[in-house]
Amino acid sequence: MNEFQIFPKLPLSDWIETFVEFLDDTFAGLFEAISVAIQTIADGIINIMSMGSPYILIVVISLLAWWAASWKVGLFSIIGLELIHNLGYWPETIQTLTLIIISVLICVVIGIPIGVWMSQSNRAQWIITPILDFMQTMPAFVYLIPAILFFSLGIVPGVVATIIFSMPPTVRFTNLGIRQVDGDLIEAANSFGSSVWQRLFKVQLPLAKQTLMAGVNQTIMLSLSMVVIASLVGAPGLGEIVYRAVTQVRIGLGFEGGLALVIIAMILDRMTQGSKKKKRG
Amino acid sequence: MVKLRVNKLTKIFGKHPNHALKLLEEKKSKDEILAETGMTVGVNQATFDIHAGEVFVIMGLSGSGKSTIIRMLNRLIEPTGGSIEIDGEDIVKMNKEQLREVRRKKISMVFQQFALFPHKTLLQNTEYGLEIQGVDKETRAKKAKESLELVGLGGYTDKYPDELSGGMKQRVGLARALTNDPDILLMDEAFSALDPLIRKDMQDELMDLQEKMQKTIVFITHDLNEALRLGDRIALMKDGSVVQVGTPEDILMDPANDYVERFVEDVDLSRVLTAEQIMTRPVSMNVEKGARVALEVMKSEGVSSIYITGKNRQILGFVTADDADKAVKEEKSIEDVIQKDVVTVQLDTLLTDLFDKTSYATMPPAVIDEENRLRGIVVKGAVMGALAGNNEMIHSTQTEVTSS
Repeated sequence: MNEFQIFPKLPLSDWIETFVEFLDDTFAGLFEAISVAIQTIADGIINIMSMGSPYILIVVISLLAWWAASWKVGLFSIIGLELIHNLGYWPETIQTLTLIIISVLICVVIGIPIGVWMSQSNRAQWIITPILDFMQTMPAFVYLIPAILFFSLGIVPGVVATIIFSMPPTVRFTNLGIRQVDGDLIEAANSFGSSVWQRLFKVQLPLAKQTLMAGVNQTIMLSLSMVVIASLVGAPGLGEIVYRAVTQVRIGLGFEGGLALVIIAMILDRMTQGSKKKKRG
Repeated sequence: MVKLRVNKLTKIFGKHPNHALKLLEEKKSKDEILAETGMTVGVNQATFDIHAGEVFVIMGLSGSGKSTIIRMLNRLIEPTGGSIEIDGEDIVKMNKEQLREVRRKKISMVFQQFALFPHKTLLQNTEYGLEIQGVDKETRAKKAKESLELVGLGGYTDKYPDELSGGMKQRVGLARALTNDPDILLMDEAFSALDPLIRKDMQDELMDLQEKMQKTIVFITHDLNEALRLGDRIALMKDGSVVQVGTPEDILMDPANDYVERFVEDVDLSRVLTAEQIMTRPVSMNVEKGARVALEVMKSEGVSSIYITGKNRQILGFVTADDADKAVKEEKSIEDVIQKDVVTVQLDTLLTDLFDKTSYATMPPAVIDEENRLRGIVVKGAVMGALAGNNEMIHSTQTEVTSS
């Protein structure tokens, strides 16, 4: 090296590798348990959704869309899902939906409590915000490496990488929604002698609901954007189709797989946005 | 009986409040402390007692610390120093659970911007205080309905706050505060966000309610008229300090210093206005007409007593409805039942001198001229209204006030 350097290069990559190895050695049992749990749930969901004719699921999803949003979204769902079915990507669609359902559920279950914690403590917000920035801006591919190390190949590392990448909006919006509640209302709640939990569950969370749902919506969209990347570690589904199309330069196949993803994204987006419009649900 | 004893209550906003507290004790002024330490004195050693059942108005201009003071009374803002005793217990020393208990049972608050929960119906808003105490559903719904009925919104239980006008919202705010049946009601500029006519209605209604409830009310306002109308006693604040505490009359008649004097000079009409300017039409009749007519007139005018005049409208006395009724039944004349102990004032009596007479007399004092003729009566509301600068209450002396 002929360039002049004041400090020698930090062995950051060595440190990270040592750290990841340490995690892998120490928590192997835990990772194994997580892996089995996610795999079992995924298999269960796929089995349930694959039962009977695809039309049953198409109708169920469309009815859900109608209920959550509007009859227009319901109609779009029927047509869109039937198109995917017609093109022959139904099994892959079920796998992709499963990946998204599990990832989003875990994001919500972990993300909302973290968001609530952030909203109650400035110190927590101060610590968590940069972590969220890191999670969102670190190229998503990078998460695949530890995911493979800890969870080998298949849907599980796909789910884990998806969770890390798509959880931040749920956390952020939960925090934001709660902090946005009018200070007057907090004073009113306090003045009647509410405990912290009563204030949270009776005033802050109900009023933060719309913002919170916008965060969940964002999380769903981000998890959809991870589908193709997750296929790199062997997560099955529509992402796999697209990935194969790219490696084999098959434009037709790529378009079909991509279109199926777009349709699913639109349905899920309209469904979760629909609940925003509902008054005082 | 003292309900609330506030002693040397102080709030300092800044990083090292204890340092500023010491400077305050060394009698440094708010400005000196700001210049020296960069800290703001919100409330400076406020000391006053509030009696059970009185309406205690804290008034001052914006920035005088009145909103801070009321928020310290239930510790929405933590005091820096001093004590607040409710029924002899210092709430500043209480832990969280004790404080919560006081907030739930003893003290409720009404907010300037209403602060109703937008996601709850009026009933749910109103029962909130009981809900968080774990009161069962039926009991709290029943209590909440009662308070909504008390403020005239019994039929609106299932509406949401955004469906109401400002005046109605504040009624809900009041109902919500009353549902837990607190001893003390804190009202933070409760009517300031309402337009003037609605505000006056709400003031009247609060006074009616207060007559029934006999709560201890701490009312914050920047409006001297409101303070005079509502307050049994008024504390005037300036720059975080309490400048004067006294009855409305004390404040008007005997301002403690230049600041109070300047504050009230616009409304110190009591030394200028006369009975003639604020008197209203009396309900009266000639003695010749008899008891039956007297009863009829009282009925149509909706009053319970009537002034009786003789020749040339000279005042003789008054007759109550009960007595007139008795006279009719026993076929007596008015002269037999007339009461002669009428409180009279002259046309040129100053308002200052009217205070006493309006407060103890059962009948509104009669205004008479030099020839003992009845010219009008002075009702309490007119005195306060005129003092509060309500021009509709004041007639010009040039126009002859004709009394029927």
